[in-house]
Amino acid sequence: MMATREKLTMAQALNRALRDAMAEDETVVVFGEDVGHLGGVFRVTDGLTAEFGEQRCFDTPLAESAIVGVAVGMAMNGMRPVVEMQFDAFAYPAFEQVASHVAKMRNRTRGRVALPMVIRIPYGGGIGGVEHHSDSSEAYFAHTPGLHVVTPSTVADAYGLLRAAIASPDPVVFFEPKKLYWAKEEVDVTQAVPPIGTAVVRRTGTDATLIAYGPAVPVALDAAAVAAQEGRSLAVVDVRTLVPFDDETVCQAVRATGRAVVVAEASGFASVAAEIAARITERCFHSLAAPVRRVTGLDIPYPPPKYEGFHLPTVDRILDAVDDLQWEDG
Amino acid sequence: MRLLPSQTPVVLIDAEGEARPHDTYTLAHDDELLDAYAGLVAARRLNDQASVLVRQGRLAVYPSSHGQEACQVAAARVLTDEDWLFPTYRDTAAIVARGVDPVEALTLLRGDWHCGYDPYAHRVAPQATPLATQLPHAVGVALAARMRGESTVVLALCGDGATSEGDFHEALNFAAVLQAPVVFFVQNNQYAISVPLARQSAAPTLAHKGIGYGVPGEQVDGNDVAALLAVLGAAVQRARSGEGPQLVEALTYRVAPHTNADDAARYRADDEVKAWLARDPITRLESYLTRRDALTPERKQAIAEEADRLAEAMREGLSRDEPADPADLFAHVYASPTPQLTEQARMVADELEREAEV
Repeated sequence: MMATREKLTMAQALNRALRDAMAEDETVVVFGEDVGHLGGVFRVTDGLTAEFGEQRCFDTPLAESAIVGVAVGMAMNGMRPVVEMQFDAFAYPAFEQVASHVAKMRNRTRGRVALPMVIRIPYGGGIGGVEHHSDSSEAYFAHTPGLHVVTPSTVADAYGLLRAAIASPDPVVFFEPKKLYWAKEEVDVTQAVPPIGTAVVRRTGTDATLIAYGPAVPVALDAAAVAAQEGRSLAVVDVRTLVPFDDETVCQAVRATGRAVVVAEASGFASVAAEIAARITERCFHSLAAPVRRVTGLDIPYPPPKYEGFHLPTVDRILDAVDDLQWEDG
Repeated sequence: MRLLPSQTPVVLIDAEGEARPHDTYTLAHDDELLDAYAGLVAARRLNDQASVLVRQGRLAVYPSSHGQEACQVAAARVLTDEDWLFPTYRDTAAIVARGVDPVEALTLLRGDWHCGYDPYAHRVAPQATPLATQLPHAVGVALAARMRGESTVVLALCGDGATSEGDFHEALNFAAVLQAPVVFFVQNNQYAISVPLARQSAAPTLAHKGIGYGVPGEQVDGNDVAALLAVLGAAVQRARSGEGPQLVEALTYRVAPHTNADDAARYRADDEVKAWLARDPITRLESYLTRRDALTPERKQAIAEEADRLAEAMREGLSRDEPADPADLFAHVYASPTPQLTEQARMVADELEREAEV
């Protein structure tokens, strides 16, 4: 196949991933709220009904629990459903299906019933959304054994990871950072897809390592760029897959610098960021010159748009945390 | 299309064992009813044997369907091999009637694993413990089959209490909008643990709930296996021919407590139970078939002996005790274990090795 580079937004790359997967495998079906003729509220499913027909991409009643539950039944019976939860907070009604069935079916049946299905959840803030439209709910899912939890931060990964998620024999909860839907990048979708379960070093550095995922990755990269101007060299690791977690890549990057700051949008208490910080401490303690710091959302319900600038991790907050990493002792 | 159920529940053989003519539904031939009778006797034996095994400590718990055997047997008998059954935790007798080995079916309640049988072998989904959550799965299985042009029908079981759950409503609505070939079969046994039906629903009947979704509802005497076979059979036929889902409510009674851990005396009177015992599903069919000379003493004896063999197989199978292998804990969480699970499996294996050395 010829390598073809083209400029796509993340939403377009996700759309391409769905289209390519559906063209390749007729068991891939897409359904959810407004995903049919409208093409989804973020247009991620744009044109799929027209191209593949109503059998393959269709609108459903407004019933998130049933959307996920029906996907379970379809996956039990030979299909590869990809369902869309319209917004992070609208996925909560489906949580019982996810926790009691999606995550457990393979285990309860001793591996006899696999559920190759993908639950797509647009998540996170920074888009001026009114309440219930900006949650970072990944910790609930990452805490539930039996699920893979994935979140891309680049256009190329959005395509590749969604292809990998659809091809996975296990259920994948696929978190799409809303803030990055319109981020444009020149990509080559014919490139090999990144395997689920691998983190990637986005920027190398020698003084400290920032570990981020999803919408926090560009913020961490911005912070590293500013730090470089100030004479400090920061590495940035993009976690990409929250479950299964790539301890090896993360720990290697932390050991190389001896200092670590975990950056995430979600509230910090009992969060994925907390887990990452604990894992680094357990595995890299003797390489660390300072305690692992976290820069996360505040421990508050997601604020109104007017206030979200105070809540979300910023370049300044990340650089302040880096400044705190006991440089005088190092 | 008629959406509301008939004024009175469909009865074809009444509590005295008399045939009752019906405008819509016809009574099955004696041969089919004899097979159903054998099924009822086996289901009763299974229920009673399982309850004994709980008292002996061989099962952790058993939610008995004693008194509901007509529903259990009919649910299995109206389906063909290409169909699917979606049972709840109280439907072990239906699962066994569908052909699943009783020892495998009781694995869950023994605590040896969660689902002990291969769901694909007999097209029986794992028993659902969270209420009504299996109903959307049934819709999904049915839709997938229909997409491939298969004529599969899915029969999904739930109880009266489960009709209050959100998934009940979402599944019926979804099935109706997408015309999924699903028969929703509610066994109204009058109680959700201790809570009576009046605290569950103010609807005239549970079968009335279908109208809100454009799903036809039918109400049937749940202790009359002949009526159940006719009503469920027609619903399955209707779904198979592409006319969409149906809701069937069977009026029956949970004669036993919720489980062995329950104390039914705290919430219901003995007289109520006695009144239902007089409507027993086996007694009425037995007197109907005996009166017609279809059920001879020899045949009755043979059926009882067959049920005894089932009970013996249960006792024997459940007396075997396989040791738990902790490696199983990690084997089926994902298609291949994550690095973290591999690490934890090694930790548990190390612990056991050290214990063995002591």
